[in-house]
Amino acid sequence: MKRRQFASVVVVGAGPAGLAAAIRASESGRQVTVLDDNPSAGGQIWRGEKDRRSGNDASAWFQKFRTCPAEMITGARLIHGDPERRILSVETRQEFFEIGYDKLILATGAREFFLPFPGWTLPNVMGVGGLQALVKSGLPVDGKRIVVAGTGPLLLAAAAYFRKHGAIVPVIAEQAEWRSVAGFGIRLSKNLGKLFQARSLRLALRSSRYTFSTWVEAAHGKDRLENAQVRTGAKVWREPCDYLAVGYGLKPNIELPVLMGCRTQSGVVAVDEFQQTSQEHIYCAGECTGIGGVDKSLIEGEITGLAAAGLKDSARRLFAKRRKTRQFANVLDRAFALRPELRQLPLDGTIVCRCEDVRWGRLRPMNSWRSAKLESRCGMGPCQGRVCGQILEFLLGWHPESVRPPVFPARLESLTQDSEMKESLRT
Amino acid sequence: MGNLSLTSLSFDIVVLGGGIVGTACAREFAEAGLRTALIESAEIGGGATAAGMGHIAVMDDSEAQFALTRYSQLLWKEAAERFPPDVEFSPSGALWVAADETEMREVFRKQHYYIQRGVPVEVLDARSLAEAEPNLRPGLEGALLVKEDAVVYPPCAARFFITEAQQHGATLILGKRAVGTRGNTVQLDDGSYIAYGNLVIANGIVAQSLTSSVQLEPRKGHLVITDRYPGFVSHQIIELGYLKSAHSIQSDSVAFNVQPRPSGQILIGSSRQYGLDDSAVDMKIVSAMLRRAFEYMPGLRRLSAIRSWTGFRAATPDKLPLIGPSPEAENIYLATGHEGLGITTSLGTAKLLADMILGRRSAIAKDPYLPSRSYALHA
Amino acid sequence: MRSMPEIITFSINGSPVRVSGGTSVATAILISGETAFRRSVSGEPRTPLCGMGVCFECRVTINGLQHCLSCQTVCQDGMEVQTG
Repeated sequence: MKRRQFASVVVVGAGPAGLAAAIRASESGRQVTVLDDNPSAGGQIWRGEKDRRSGNDASAWFQKFRTCPAEMITGARLIHGDPERRILSVETRQEFFEIGYDKLILATGAREFFLPFPGWTLPNVMGVGGLQALVKSGLPVDGKRIVVAGTGPLLLAAAAYFRKHGAIVPVIAEQAEWRSVAGFGIRLSKNLGKLFQARSLRLALRSSRYTFSTWVEAAHGKDRLENAQVRTGAKVWREPCDYLAVGYGLKPNIELPVLMGCRTQSGVVAVDEFQQTSQEHIYCAGECTGIGGVDKSLIEGEITGLAAAGLKDSARRLFAKRRKTRQFANVLDRAFALRPELRQLPLDGTIVCRCEDVRWGRLRPMNSWRSAKLESRCGMGPCQGRVCGQILEFLLGWHPESVRPPVFPARLESLTQDSEMKESLRT
Repeated sequence: MGNLSLTSLSFDIVVLGGGIVGTACAREFAEAGLRTALIESAEIGGGATAAGMGHIAVMDDSEAQFALTRYSQLLWKEAAERFPPDVEFSPSGALWVAADETEMREVFRKQHYYIQRGVPVEVLDARSLAEAEPNLRPGLEGALLVKEDAVVYPPCAARFFITEAQQHGATLILGKRAVGTRGNTVQLDDGSYIAYGNLVIANGIVAQSLTSSVQLEPRKGHLVITDRYPGFVSHQIIELGYLKSAHSIQSDSVAFNVQPRPSGQILIGSSRQYGLDDSAVDMKIVSAMLRRAFEYMPGLRRLSAIRSWTGFRAATPDKLPLIGPSPEAENIYLATGHEGLGITTSLGTAKLLADMILGRRSAIAKDPYLPSRSYALHA
Repeated sequence: MRSMPEIITFSINGSPVRVSGGTSVATAILISGETAFRRSVSGEPRTPLCGMGVCFECRVTINGLQHCLSCQTVCQDGMEVQTG
C-alpha cells in the first residue's frame, strides 16, 4: 500500500486515546493516519489484545478500529515536527518520510517512573510495565518468582497478569500506607471500578502478600538478580526471586508535544475543553494531559477526534463523562503519593543515569540539571534523560531543559528532509 | 562566607564570563599572583564553550591567525599533562580532505606553509587516506594530516581552569550578571558592586552589551552527535571546502566536519548562519549539513543520532579575536571575538592579556589582535 | 480451523533460535538465557527496564546495525542479532 503523504488528521499513538480519536475522526469523514512506534496497536495497556476475541472493552475498540478506514502505520517513530508547516518527520525500520496534516492529535501516553536503589541496574530488575510488556510479547514466566514493587493500581494488575501466566508472586510491595489506599478503594468501588478490576484483584491477592508501607531498598545478585531486599517499617528481609518488577507510577510523555510548541502545566500538556493545546492545530488526549487510566484516555480520545473533525457539539456531549474520569485521576494521585523515605534509597555508588553510568554521589553536590549534563554527561545518552530526568526532578527538584530534535534518537538519514512538497498538498 | 557582601570586595582583576576564555584568563592571572575574581551568570563552560566541537586546531587563514592558533596549541599540549580524564584531551590529529585535484593543490600549499613553520604534517594519498579512515567514500584525492591537532571536552576544560584559578586564590562568583561599569567598579544584577584594578570582558557575544567599542556578529552553528560507534572515525576530518565556507562572510553555508569523541560518539558539523539570534535548531540547516557529511561518509546515514543543538560564535569583521585594552578605558580589557576558534585560542589569549597587564614580553606579536586595530574591510 | 502458530528462525550471537511469530527480539533474547543485552559504559551487563522503547537499555545489534531497540523489534526469519 502506498503511504499517504498527507492526512487531514494525523494521530500519534495507538493506545486507547489514539484509537478512540482515530475512530471518531474517521467516522466523521476525515482521512486519518495513525502512527505508533510499537510493532502493533494497543499502546501499553492493550498490548497483545488486538487478536484476542474476548468480549472486553479492548476487543470492542479494536473491532471498531479495524472497520474504520483510518490508515495505521506501526513501527513508526516520530522524530521531529514543524508546527508552522504542519509536517511530521517519521522513521520506520526501513525508511523515513514526512507527512503533512491539517489537525494533529498527540496521544503519546505515559512511561513508567523509576527510582534508583542499589542493584536496580542488575539484569532481571525491570519495570512493572516493562516486564508485563515482555510477557505479553511471549516471555514465559511459568514457575518464575516475581517480586512486584513500587506503587499504584498497576502493581495489582501486573501481579494478576503474571500469576495468570504461571508465575509465583511472593510479595506485592506497595509503598503507600494502607489507610490512603483503602480510601482510594472505597471511592473507586463507588464509581470507577473498571480500571481496577475486582476479579483480577482477588486473584492477585489470593496467595500473594499485598503489603503496604513496604518497598524494595536493594536488589542483590552476582551477574543477575537473585533476591530483593524488602523493607516494611523496621523489618527487612531478602526475598529470593527471578525477576523484580518495580515501578513508581506513570509520567506523561510530553517531549513531542513540547517540541511541537504545546504549552505544559505542572508536567502535563495544557488543553482546553476540546482537548486543543496552545497550538491551534494540535490536540492532546490521554495520559499526556494527566495520568488517569484507560477510561479517561478513551473519552478524551473521542472528544479529540470529534473536535478535530469540527464536530464541537458532539464533542461537548461527552464532557460530563470526562469530568468523572478526571476526578478519578486526582484520587489516584493522592492515594499513591510517594513517601519521602524513597529519596534516601540511592547510595553514592548507585547509578542514576543508566545511559552514561553517572552515580548519585557525583550528582548530589551539583546545583543544576545543566551543570550535571555538562560536567558528568548525566542525561546525555540515548534515552535523552527520559529516565534520569524525572528521577532528578524527584530527588533534587531539577527541571528538564528544552526539547530539541530528534525527539527520539534516529538514524542520521532520517534528519534530512526531502522537500517542501507536503505543504502544497494541504487544501 | 556565603553571604559576604560583595559591595566591599575589590580585586586586581575581575573577569566577566566563565567560558573557556574567561576561565583560562582567570587561571593565568591567579597564577601570576593577582587577586582575581571571575563572574559568571550561569554555569562554568555552559555557553558557546559547551556548544562547540572542542577542536584544538592550527589554522592558516592569516599569519596572525596561524601565530595565535599554533602558540595556543602548544600551550594546550603542555597543560594537558595535568588534565583530569573528564577533559578528554585526545591528540587524534586532523585530516583536511581533498576531493579533487584543485583541493589537492591546496593540500600541498598547506603542507609547505606548515613545514616552513615547524608544524608536523604529512600528506596522505588516496590509498593511505582510505586506510586511515576506511569510512570515507572511495575516490577522494588525499588529505593533509595535521598531527598535533587535538580534541578536548571544553566544559570540563573550563571547569579545570577555574579550579586551578581557585587553587591560586581566585574567587568565583556564580549566578550574578554584570549589568554595567561605573568608575572602577562593575555593577551586578543584584545591585552590588565590585571594584577592580583591571576588568576583563570575556563573555563572548554578550560583550557588546557592556562596551560600545565592540563590533561582534553572532554566527550561528549547528552540531549533531551520534550514539557510540568506537572506531568509525579516528581523526577530526574536515573538507577543504570548509575554508570557502568559513571564509564566506554573508551567506549561510555548511561543510563536512566530523570529530571522534573519546566516548566513541561522533560529532558532526558544521554550519554557519548570519544575522540570526534564534537559538532553535533549524532542520533545513541540519539536513543540508548531514547531506554534505553523507557525501564524504556514506556510512553515517544509518548511525543513530542522539541530539542536535546550536551555538553562536562571536565573530569580528577581520575574523581575528579582540585581545587587549578597550578603546574606551585603559583598564578595561577585551578577550572576545574568537569566532569558531575560541577553544584553541583561549590559552594564547590568556597569556597575551596577562603579558599586557603585567608588562611582560609576549611570545607572539600582540598587535594583530588589539581592539584598537583598524579592520581591513574585505568583507 | 485453527492455524498453527508461525515459527520464526533466526540467530542470537550466531546460535540458531526458534520462536513463535510476533515475539519481540527482547523476549527472544531473555528466553535464550542471555543476561547482557548490552554492556553499559562502565561494563555492567544490562537487560531491558521499560520494555516500551523509552529507556534504551535493550539496545542490540540487528543485521549489523548497532543500537537497535530489541523491545520494539519483532523477530523475523533470518535476522542476525548480536548482544553484549
